Formats: sequence, C-alpha cells, structure tokens
Amino acid sequence: MNRQTLFEKIWDSHVVHEPRGKPALIYVDLHLIHEVTSPQAFEGLRLSGRSVRRPDLTVATVDHNVPTIDRWFIKDEISRRQVEALKQNADDFGVRFYGIESDRQGIVHVIGPELGLTRPGTVIVCGDSHTSTHGAFGAFALGIGTSEVEHVLATQCLVQKRPKTMEVRVDGALPRGVTAKDVILGIIGSIGVDGAVGHVIEYTGEAIRTLSMEGRMTVCNMSIEAGARAGMIAPDETTIEYLEGREFSPKGQEWEAAVAEWQRLPTDEGARFDKTVVISASELEPYVTWGTNPGMVVPVTGRVPDPKSLESESDRTAAEQALRYMDLTPDIPIQDIAIDRVFIGSCTNARIADLRAAAGIVQGKQVAATVQAMVVPGSTQVKIQAEEEGLDRVFTDAGFEWREAGCSMCLGMNPDVLQPGERCASSSNRNFEGRQGKGGRTHLVSPQMAAAAAIAGHFVDIRDW
Amino acid sequence: MEPFTRLSGIVIPLPRVNVDTDQIIPAQFMKRIERTGYGQFLFNSWRYLPDGSPNPDFVLNRAEYEGASILVSGRNFGSGSSREHAVWALHDYGIRCVITPKFADIFYNNCIQNGVLPVALPEDRVQELIEKAERKPGYRLTVNLENQTIYDSEGFEDAFEIEPFIRERLLRGLDDIAMTLQEEDEIAAFEATRPSWLEPAKS
Ligand code: SF4
Repeated sequence: MNRQTLFEKIWDSHVVHEPRGKPALIYVDLHLIHEVTSPQAFEGLRLSGRSVRRPDLTVATVDHNVPTIDRWFIKDEISRRQVEALKQNADDFGVRFYGIESDRQGIVHVIGPELGLTRPGTVIVCGDSHTSTHGAFGAFALGIGTSEVEHVLATQCLVQKRPKTMEVRVDGALPRGVTAKDVILGIIGSIGVDGAVGHVIEYTGEAIRTLSMEGRMTVCNMSIEAGARAGMIAPDETTIEYLEGREFSPKGQEWEAAVAEWQRLPTDEGARFDKTVVISASELEPYVTWGTNPGMVVPVTGRVPDPKSLESESDRTAAEQALRYMDLTPDIPIQDIAIDRVFIGSCTNARIADLRAAAGIVQGKQVAATVQAMVVPGSTQVKIQAEEEGLDRVFTDAGFEWREAGCSMCLGMNPDVLQPGERCASSSNRNFEGRQGKGGRTHLVSPQMAAAAAIAGHFVDIRDW
Repeated sequence: MEPFTRLSGIVIPLPRVNVDTDQIIPAQFMKRIERTGYGQFLFNSWRYLPDGSPNPDFVLNRAEYEGASILVSGRNFGSGSSREHAVWALHDYGIRCVITPKFADIFYNNCIQNGVLPVALPEDRVQELIEKAERKPGYRLTVNLENQTIYDSEGFEDAFEIEPFIRERLLRGLDDIAMTLQEEDEIAAFEATRPSWLEPAKS
C-alpha cells in the first residue's frame, strides 16, 4: 500500500500537470484577497485583457488599512484609495466582496474559516504569508506574492515546486496555563526562524489533537515564522464540528460526501516525512519574545539572554542588534520588563475563544495606569458575538479600548501604531523591527499573557494569576 | 519581463541574518496601487534617521555604493511577509541580483517573478563577499546565469545552483501566466473532475 501523508494526499489530488523536472501546476480551490497585495494583480489582468477565471472561488475583504475607531472615514488618502480600488476591482471582475459596511468583513484569515469557506483537503492561497492559518483544517494553504495572485486570478492554478514534508509532533498533554500560542512560540524557539524553509509542516501529537480549532489556527498561523511553506493539522471530529452549519459549508448530501472525503485525509500509519521534530508538551511554558524575530523567545520565568552565550558569530551579532533595538540589557528577568501598550488582536489571536480567554483574565480588574491597552476583534462576526456575550463590557470596564475589526496594530499600516520607543505586549505574530510602527518594541505573547501584562504593567506568569 | 543573462555591478554588503521584508519595505509604504516607485522606501528604517535625514552610516547612503545592482546578505533573507513590494523596492532601486546562503521561500518566488536573480552560495563564500564589499567600497562582481558562475577580477570564482526551469525562465524573461494559459485544456479537464462539495454552498 502506498502510505501517504496528509500533504501528499492533497497535493496529488490537485496536480493539473507535473512535467518532469519542472514545477507542478496545482489547482486552487479558494483564493482569498485583501486590499494590499491585490491592486497590481488586477491591474495586470486589465493590461493584458484577461478575466478572473473562477470569480466564484475568489473572495475579497478589506483588513489591513481599515481604521478601528471610525471605520467610515479613512483619513489617509492613499489607504482609502487602496480600499476603494479593491471594491472597484471586485465589482469589475465579479468577485464576492466584504467591504467596510459588511457584517462579514474581517481579517481575511479569520473570515475564511468562520464563513465555512475554508475546508479540509483543499488548496487555499492568498497574497499574505499567514494564509498558513487555514492549514488548521487540514488544507494546504499558502501565502503567495502579487504576481502569483495575478496568475491564480487568471488561471485558478499556481505554479509550485513540490515542497518537502516535516512532522512536528508535540507529545503529551499541555500543562496548565500553556496555550496554543506558547506551543508555536516554543516550536519556533526550538527549530529556529528558518527551521522549516522549503517544508510543509504537519503538526501532530496529543497536545495538538486536544486543541480547539481556534488553537489549531493559532499554531498553523505562525508556521511561516519558522519559514515553512505551510502548516497543517489533520481534520478530525473537532474540525467537522466547527464547520457544520457555517454559511458556506456544504449542506445535506454534499455535506455527507465532503465529510466522507475528509475522513480519508489524515496521514496514513507509517507514512514518511522528510524530517521529524518531537517536542514534549510537558516542557512547554508560557513564552515571551525578547528580540526582533519570533525565534528570540524565552519562558516568562526566564531572563533576557546574554548574546555572549550564543555560539555562532552571526547569532551573537543578531542578538546584540536585537537587544539594542529593544533597549534591553542581558540577564534581566522577563517579569521585570515594564510595558506601555497592550494589543490583543491579529489573525493569530483575535477569535472568539481568544477574547473569552483574555476576558477571563481581566474580569473585575483594572489596566495599570501606565498602560494603554486595546482589544481588536479579528472580524465583525467575532465582534458581534463578543458583544452578545458581554465581553466588550468586561474589557471596557477594566480600562481596555474595544475596537472595530481589522489588522490594526499587528502592522504599522493603519492609524494604530506604536510610537518610537514604546514597548508593547502583543498577541500578534511578528516582532520585527518597526513592525508595529517605526521604533516600536514588540513582545509576542498569548492573549492571556497580554491581558495579564496589561493589568500588572509588566510581564507576569499566567500560571500564578 | 526583462531577460537576465549576465550582470556586472557594484556590490552592497548587508551583514545581517534574517533580514525580513518588513525591513526591506515597512508596511506604511505599501499603500500604493502601482508596482513602481518603491525604491525610495527601500530599507527605510535603516536608511533614514528619525528626523528623516539620511543615515550616513548606512551602506545605501554612501557614495561609493551608488548605482549598485547586487546585494549580499546573511541567511534567511526575505523572511516574513509575502509582500512582493520588497522585490519591487529592490528592483526599483536597481538591484538585479541577491546573494545569500538561504532565501525565504515566498521572497525567492517573488524574485523570479520580477527578473531578479536569487543566488544561494555557501555561508563562508557569502561571508567572503560581504567582507570584500565592506573593505573595498565599489567592489564589483559579475554574475553569469548562462553558465551559472559568479566571479570578480581578483580571483573569486564560484558556481551556483539554480533549477533549470527557473534559469530558463529568467534567461528568456518568460511570463508564467502566458505559459499556463497554454494548458487550458488540461485545466478545464481537471476542473470537470472536481467534486461538487468544493463549490461554496449558497445558504
Ligand atoms: S492580522 Fe497581521 S499578520 Fe494577520 S493578515 Fe493582518 S497584518 Fe497580516
């Protein structure tokens, strides 16, 4: 019997054409679009007189530029032009579009799953590196550049070299207080920010299986932060339960047929991966990044590392540069680091489960006087649901700002930015220099850890909360 | 796309690892809806001081490196965001070839799409080039894609690997879309076999 991995099953069922010695042409089941990486692709289509081959498999929304206070008024003219361009392009080419006025609008990686557009066994692309999020459903979901966006619009196919496979197995049960975010930060800390370049990761093991869909999305979301082409988790009962009854999920007989297909997807017993990494869940802790990439991470109980302790010269230099940028000195305890801002949001951690968890931490408490904190739901649907549950009140009563859905301060592109020198505990995915605004200093943490830091004014161990 | 055959040019050294696309072009400069005009924003945070004046210490602001077309940097270059704006910024600035021990996947693809040649060399060779370019501003390299070699006038010479298909594409300046559209029959045949549950259901 030909034993196959989840990835290989999806790949094989999507190859249109794989000439010897050349990359394959693979068929795309869902193409998600946002305003930043698509205008040049649509313009390319116009210039060459091409159309969108499958507008019915293409869905667009606005997220990166959307202001989270007064969304009806985009002050920045170039931002507004980008948002308007997407609406125009969607109209001209017949693509379904969820604009600022839509209650389906949100971060592209949050709305795909919640609308039931994301499904197991499919190939999903988007001009955005965090497309890996959708892999949580057992899809092969990958980020592409704008030229490739144009290619997919025109042909519904992607030219792609077959990636290698990598299993990341997290054995055992997660200790109390260790979240999905900590799992992925721990993995990146251990394999490095280029540890999975050229590979598709499949996350396996008990700790992964017991995660909710939201937790699985958090893990897969940050696969790109380890350099992976994509990340994925085999579909199971949790996946099926999440998808049943969603707006675009298959219905009736179609649903039955789809579920039967999905049950055949998990990696066969004995199938081989090009690489396997095993991590023991019991060794994972709540993490905080100290540097300028997600691999620069230590447990909350740890200290800022001393670059001198690093082996390679390039790592030493990188750590020194990072500490200078972050304005941190070696060996200080992480819990002594005071923060100015807290951001709970982004496609990594702004789903309803994340907001519930963070609200549980802040309930009845007050944000420290020195901290400005905000919560930005990942989608308008998440916002509506959270408000129905009264979570908005929990946050605002504690002194958090409660905002409209969008990418917000995950990246410095809309009005939500850090000021130079400000230090932020953030539930997002990237702590690169200037990511949240020029000169801003980002520490990546789980939403629970971010919430607790907002109250305490510095990092604290959520396990003592 | 312009074909890439052979290039001789000044080398910019960037002795850092994990240079991410947020450094190559920060998000606030990605609001344009055109493909051009990003060169002025290349490495913005390193290139300009907080008051907006050029940082005299940064390599791009030194006269000796003016007109450079080759960039050499540490491993995992182009990591992070998928923004093709990063390659557009490099290209617009004049860079036609990037040399590093290891490329991030999406960035690598984006280079190919824009006729920028990505060359992967072993870590010690890259280090050697960085040192040469730092020691001797204005240092030049020649990259020949036809025979996959890279050399200078002082005896440095190396061969580099590149997928034959990618080499061919760059040499001829081919466009993927036109090539794929020739497979229309196969795409249509594949499409006909897709199960109906794959279409988004109307609720
Ligand atoms: S939330 Fe952040 S990482 Fe996610 S799509 Fe938006 S900008 Fe990108």
